[in-house]
Amino acid sequence: MLPALTVARRELSGYFATPVAYVFIVIFLVLAGALTFTLGNFFGRGQADLQPFFSFVPWLFLFLVPALTMRLWAEERRLGTIELLLTLPLPQWQAVVGKFLAAWAFCGIALALTFPLWITVNILGEPDNGVILAGYVGCLMVAGAYLALGAAVSALTKNQVVAFVLAVALCFVFAAAGSPVVTEFLTQRLPVLAEIARALSISDRFTGFTRGVVAARDLVFFASFIGFFLFVNAVVLDHRKAD
Amino acid sequence: MAALIEIERLTKRFAEFTAVDEVSFSVARGEVLGFLGPNGAGKSTTMRMLAGFMPPTSGTARICGADVVAQPVAAKRSLGFLPEGAPTYPEMSVTGFLGFTGRIRGFRGAELDDRVAHAMQLTQLEGVRLQPIETLSKGFKRRVGLAQALLHDPPVLVLDEPTDGLDPNQKHEVRALIRRMAPEKAIVISTHILEEVGAVCTRAIIIARGRVVVDAAPSVLERQGQTLEQVFRSLTLGAPAEAA
Repeated sequence: MLPALTVARRELSGYFATPVAYVFIVIFLVLAGALTFTLGNFFGRGQADLQPFFSFVPWLFLFLVPALTMRLWAEERRLGTIELLLTLPLPQWQAVVGKFLAAWAFCGIALALTFPLWITVNILGEPDNGVILAGYVGCLMVAGAYLALGAAVSALTKNQVVAFVLAVALCFVFAAAGSPVVTEFLTQRLPVLAEIARALSISDRFTGFTRGVVAARDLVFFASFIGFFLFVNAVVLDHRKAD
Repeated sequence: MAALIEIERLTKRFAEFTAVDEVSFSVARGEVLGFLGPNGAGKSTTMRMLAGFMPPTSGTARICGADVVAQPVAAKRSLGFLPEGAPTYPEMSVTGFLGFTGRIRGFRGAELDDRVAHAMQLTQLEGVRLQPIETLSKGFKRRVGLAQALLHDPPVLVLDEPTDGLDPNQKHEVRALIRRMAPEKAIVISTHILEEVGAVCTRAIIIARGRVVVDAAPSVLERQGQTLEQVFRSLTLGAPAEAA
């Protein structure tokens, strides 16, 4: 077994040994459910799908994922365990990947626990379960992207509040990059940037998944996005671990 | 035979402040080196560089021939390191924590269990094996950190204040343990406790303002008609207490 998986296993059990896991999951489920049924008009739409749910998940992750990542490296620094972890015989990138995998698996667990919604639509009607599965894959991709970004930010600063605010702000940039407000503004002034903004937009990519389309280029986008920020994380960690 | 620890002109600068200034020494198998100095003299910084945690500004450190910067994983495999303050994951149990470090070091199954049991036996942790580390006293926490450093029976041990926070009986046990292991290993321990040097060390280095000011056997230092404390005070007094 790779050392990264050993790190991931320890991290994940660490979540459940502290209130972090339970608070995160409960708040996520309550908000996801409440938004889906109220603002999402789940029943009133008269359609058996999870579209309202999927439309809120990226926005919930925008706040909840940075709450998860802000402590990722800051906590190790506070406890001094960063010195222990990084003097064990494992390549540093494996520690980075291990921490990321644990957080990602954790988001996967939180998403999996929304299964009652899926059961509900299947009782009420005959939804296209392929589309729903694609939507869940999309949610996982968005979570992964935000996690990688947030983890890199948390390696950058010792202060958890700074890590949280900065991660939310940066995630928001990528979430909003494809929105009409941004792209229209840019098209009028700098058309080149508008193209780039659309290409980097996490929400645009996500929309494809919620329609049931798992496109290779979207998967490649998320994989490169995650890979890039994990790389940034490793580089930043190497420079700032002992600060 | 080459020394197990080789440090050459190791230097660490933080902006204007030079924490460690061209420190060189080597430690052979069988030696127990007492690393002494006032707070802020550069002890922990030197140990962090030796353990591959803090990159040196210049100079080299090698463990069993492996450069800690160029071959970090190989160097760390031969090293048992107790960082300053003996950090551990508070929510884990003692066996859980030792199992984690053992798995990272590549032990599995029955061998892992044996290693963990043996390390707990050496540091007398069996009575608290399933307790979360956060519920343990300071002395126990320190010994969990020590057990982690001994788990893989490394040829090189670097221990930053291994007896800090232990009661006199536990101090005695840890010193006896270090003496028992000494013939097989190269050991560096940092300490404020001068009597410890006489008790376990075969050699002492006193560091002040980032520089090595003395490198000799404790008996040699004392033979000049002074106690170790007098030697220490005369060599290090006036050292600024900047940084840790």
